[in-house]
Amino acid sequence: HYYCRQSESIGSTLLGYIGIDTIIEQMRKKTMKAGFDFNIMIVGHSGLGKSTLVNTLFKSQVSRWSSGWGGEHKIPKTVEIKAVSHVIEEGGVKMKLTVIDTPGFGDQINNENCWDPISKYINEQYEKFLKEEVNIARKKRIPDTRVHCCLYFISPTGHSLRQLDIEFMKHLSRVVNIIPVIAKSDTMTPDEKNEFKHRVRKELETHGIEYYPQNEFDDDMEDKNENDKIREAMPFAVVGSDKEFQVNGKRVLGRKTAWGVVEVENPNHCEFALLRDFLIRSHLQDLKEVTHNIHYETYRARRLNDNGGLHPISANNTQESNL
Amino acid sequence: MSQAEKIKQGQFTNPETPGYVGFANLPNQVHRKSVKKGFEFTLMVVGESGLGKSTLINSLFLTDLYPERVIPGAAEKIERTVQIEASTVEIEERGVKLRLTVVDTPGYGDAINSQDCFSTIIAYIDDQFERYLHDESGLNRRHIVDNRVHCCFYFISPLGHGLKPLDVQFMKAIHNKVNVVPVIAKADTLTLRERERLKRRILDEIDEHGIKIYHLPDAESDEDEDFKEQTRILKASIPFAVVGSNQQIEAKGKKVRGRLYPWGVVEVENPEHNDFLKLRTMLITHMQDLQEVTQDLHYENFRSERLKRGGRLSSHGYVLSPAYGPEPEEMDKDMILQEKEAELRRMQEMITKMQAQMQIKPDGAGDGQHV
Repeated sequence: HYYCRQSESIGSTLLGYIGIDTIIEQMRKKTMKAGFDFNIMIVGHSGLGKSTLVNTLFKSQVSRWSSGWGGEHKIPKTVEIKAVSHVIEEGGVKMKLTVIDTPGFGDQINNENCWDPISKYINEQYEKFLKEEVNIARKKRIPDTRVHCCLYFISPTGHSLRQLDIEFMKHLSRVVNIIPVIAKSDTMTPDEKNEFKHRVRKELETHGIEYYPQNEFDDDMEDKNENDKIREAMPFAVVGSDKEFQVNGKRVLGRKTAWGVVEVENPNHCEFALLRDFLIRSHLQDLKEVTHNIHYETYRARRLNDNGGLHPISANNTQESNL
Repeated sequence: MSQAEKIKQGQFTNPETPGYVGFANLPNQVHRKSVKKGFEFTLMVVGESGLGKSTLINSLFLTDLYPERVIPGAAEKIERTVQIEASTVEIEERGVKLRLTVVDTPGYGDAINSQDCFSTIIAYIDDQFERYLHDESGLNRRHIVDNRVHCCFYFISPLGHGLKPLDVQFMKAIHNKVNVVPVIAKADTLTLRERERLKRRILDEIDEHGIKIYHLPDAESDEDEDFKEQTRILKASIPFAVVGSNQQIEAKGKKVRGRLYPWGVVEVENPEHNDFLKLRTMLITHMQDLQEVTQDLHYENFRSERLKRGGRLSSHGYVLSPAYGPEPEEMDKDMILQEKEAELRRMQEMITKMQAQMQIKPDGAGDGQHV
């Protein structure tokens, strides 16, 4: 063999400028060129304004359902999974956004285990990624269809979480990042809203439901402080709309009622802006990283332990492995 | 997207402008995470003793990587085989942390018979790949350390008329495993004209022998002119002819790093004197690319070869046999045995599952997490 001598020194002082910080610029340029994938799933029974909210979030018609009360508004007999992708661009950044809708969830008479198809879909994406990763000749950039974020819509009853809400979040918070939101929050007054939020948070805590951003994944104190504030403000009570109205000389997105206009982006009216900033402007990348580094790794580890191992697959190998 | 929509989206950089979603902030989020994580880079230097490798490395990173250096005499050198010495240093600049490992290979080319002097080096490179493959295939992947060699500076003596047979053999042996950057050492031994001639000679020989050195990628079309020009100049200067020094000399009224001769001062950082700055610029501006090529090309090659040869899977994923594992025929026997064992285990599990299922009523009460 060979003899290898290793030495290490920390915190060397530099005697001049080298330019290491430019590496970050290089990386940023590369990531911008490559573009981003983001996959968001929306779950909640019908009528909670899910599609409208997603369209409002991304300021584009990315979810086709919200075209209004047309004839196609049929509730499916079982939970369906419908994934639709759009490429949107902003400030030179290209994003392939995939919205995964789950029509039929919570709409049946008997909703037992209605989360099974959703759970299956999420695991199937992990499986797809794992298969590609394990390949002998694998792609340079593995296409990422894994669900990075699951927006769970809570009905604004004003009372408490429903049994289905608790069951769903309990099961799925272990495999995917769940962000609970209170839908159509313009049905509650500010006081009712605060009480409801407080109750919901307590219930989530009682049932041990770790929603995103999860406590245990805070990297450092800086993250923890930032995330603590967010966790305490969740679930965000939101209102969605794709219609514009004139208010005080400005055009705003909102809902016009006889007693006034509910402004979607007005923090006094609802917490849509908080949700958007949190989801898109500050934590988009982190959602992907937690999915990849935590949820996917958990899935992978389980797979490796379960079936007695994985066979590396070559492109021409038609043998069905134990995957 | 329609033209109107394109314009609408392109215009908005002000967050409060209607139409602005905010995912244009994504690169900043990535930036922040990268800065927190920092970088790892491994640079290997290979060349005969006395070509100024250590001095050059110290000059490149403006830090003393080898504070306790003892230079062995000729007698000691003859006894020695090629060693591997890895020195890691953590450098921070403007908040960005770089964990740089320089792998030195003392003893290379020193023995009278240098026939085998690079098998040790190749073993080291392969070992790092092997280790990474093992880590990447393991159960717990949270803290994988990347010790793979991202770049190899190969030092060519300025005293010859081009590449020596050892140079050719070595570069051909590693060009499919690591990014090779040939460097003409102690370039102050040559006049500018001799330098140009030597560079051309070396490039011709590299071509002739089919040696694959690292190719700087062309600047992208949307880069600014300065960067494009810089890339052009860098590409035209390969192989870089360099001079290293850690001494400060007084020249033209200021202190410069250089070498003091009776006939003048060779300034390390003077582009007219040597290509040192070009080498450093190339290394820093292409650090990311060097890592990528190592990952996407050299490592993937290694991995697919390794797996084809019989990557064996234990019940915990890939636990490959060590680098100097059994011969392919032996591997087959092991493979067959382990496959049979796995098959038995699988059948056993299936039988157990079926037995269990036969006792449960079909109401499908599961926790929704199984595949």
